[in-house]
Amino acid sequence: MTGLASYLCFFATVALTYGVAVLGLNLQWGAAGLFNVGVAGFAAVGAYVAAWITAAPAPAHWGGFALPIALGWAGAMLAAAFAAAIVGAATLRLRADYLAITTFGAAVTLQLVALNATALTGGPFGIAFIPKPFESLADRPLAFGAANLALVAAVTAIIFVALERLTQSPWGRVLRALREDEAAAASLGKAPDRFRLQAFVIGAALMGLAGAMQAQFFGFIAPDNYLPVLTFQVWVMLVLGGSGNNRGALLGAVVVWGLWTLSGTLLAAMLPGAWQARGAALRLVAIGAVLAGVLLARPRGLIGERATVSRHVVHTGEQA
Amino acid sequence: MIGQILIDGITSGAMIGLGAIGLTLTYGLLRFANFAHGEFATWGAYLAMLGAGAFGGAAPIGALTFGWPLVVALMVAMALTALLALALDAALFRRLRRHGNAIVLVIASFGASLALRSAIEFAFGPEPYYYTTDIAMTLRLAPGLRATADQLVVLAAALVLMLAMHVLLTRTPLGRAMRAVSENPDLARLAGIDPARIVRATWAIGGALAAAAGVFLGVTVQLRPSMGFELLLPLFAAAILGGVGSVPGAMLGGLVIGIAEAAAVPLAGAQYRAAVAFVVLLAMLLVRPRGLFGGRE
Repeated sequence: MTGLASYLCFFATVALTYGVAVLGLNLQWGAAGLFNVGVAGFAAVGAYVAAWITAAPAPAHWGGFALPIALGWAGAMLAAAFAAAIVGAATLRLRADYLAITTFGAAVTLQLVALNATALTGGPFGIAFIPKPFESLADRPLAFGAANLALVAAVTAIIFVALERLTQSPWGRVLRALREDEAAAASLGKAPDRFRLQAFVIGAALMGLAGAMQAQFFGFIAPDNYLPVLTFQVWVMLVLGGSGNNRGALLGAVVVWGLWTLSGTLLAAMLPGAWQARGAALRLVAIGAVLAGVLLARPRGLIGERATVSRHVVHTGEQA
Repeated sequence: MIGQILIDGITSGAMIGLGAIGLTLTYGLLRFANFAHGEFATWGAYLAMLGAGAFGGAAPIGALTFGWPLVVALMVAMALTALLALALDAALFRRLRRHGNAIVLVIASFGASLALRSAIEFAFGPEPYYYTTDIAMTLRLAPGLRATADQLVVLAAALVLMLAMHVLLTRTPLGRAMRAVSENPDLARLAGIDPARIVRATWAIGGALAAAAGVFLGVTVQLRPSMGFELLLPLFAAAILGGVGSVPGAMLGGLVIGIAEAAAVPLAGAQYRAAVAFVVLLAMLLVRPRGLFGGRE
């Protein structure tokens, strides 16, 4: 029973770390209409920076400053934001799909660096022994799991509230206005590139934080964690949950991570050893089909964006 | 040294250019970046492997490592991959186009890319395959300049296909109609062109050329489930470098990317080869986002 409870804690913890990445993507895509195919790259930046800052010194990789975890997470967000600022400054003024191609290329390149810059990143073996939060509780699995879950839930809640306020603020309205009609918004004196870059950078910082939190909860990172599949998972979570809606983003993260874990467990139990790798491939075919199906059948996702209409418009409507 | 880089770069660049033609055509016509385009190359390569197996093992031609069965299988694979591209459009992209948002198409193509690639991995497993176990003999073309017969034939075949494509686009009614729809769909419709037919023709051509690129890649390197996906960034770089919608631009862009990759290997090491296309792409986007031949932003 305790085993199941602590497993559920771990499951929810990981699902919420994905949730943070999905919230970041929702700010970029849902609110600002920016198409980022490099989620894995920003998560990788966050994970490696957090590992360098918090892990103990080791000969196999750079860093190892053994600093507090909170500093690691802050560093991860800053580094991912910095990476996004460079990519965004270069491409946000171009057509929307160029951003997609550039972020995709940036993620592929970052993964190559993680794999090959062995002195920095530990190469294909990655970085191990990344300290976990509440390590002193590690001998009591349930308390350890619950404490970690409470931590990530608190972080997620803070981000959720902040994003809700941000998207409802004038700043969020400008983003949506730019998404819907750039020319109209620009004619009102809103600088499109500046607002977009801000949304892109904040979203990427959240992806970096998600990567850092995952690194810290798993205690181990390797370049294979940051393949385009990760980007894809986060996208499916957002599209299924409902882009443009922060609740939808979190719901999508939990649902998709649940389906992903469940299908993995089922395939592992049902398939013989030699077919395990192929079973994993089948799972990807299924999730690709799910994404296409949702886009076709229910483009709004489970809970889509709420229509926001200015109260002034409603008022004049009553008068008319 | 320079000569060797050129010959390696031109061979792989010709394959990139071949794949990029289809990408730039669908990009120009349908206004969306198709992330599933690389998978057409993968499917073409694996379909040709099945075909070559089915047609039986004939002796290799001359100094090549493959025989007539692979040549026949190439044709069959091109036709089947054209059908795959048409099916993907009918099942997914055509329906999403009605909703209007081009970026939703990009998301869908990202999903389709993963599904198509994983389907190959499911069917064939993750291990690499080769069309033949024969060892390709290198020919000495000049002092310090070596190429395999396979490389040279693949290069020639790619150039022939490119030339055929150029003639098709500039000298035939279908090609003129394709260019017209790409320039201005409404005006083309007024001139009596059925855009749906042109869209189908574009998918079929793009799929077939990508399949050819995949088979050529299989002949000169190897077959892996991720071969097309790894080709995607060079394909995008070539298409954008040449200007989206421009077929000669895509060919030239492919050659530039191929040569840049080959030249970067001695400098940065083979492990960073995949990043070269990205660096060229980024430089191009900063300096001249319209591409070398692109008229439209």
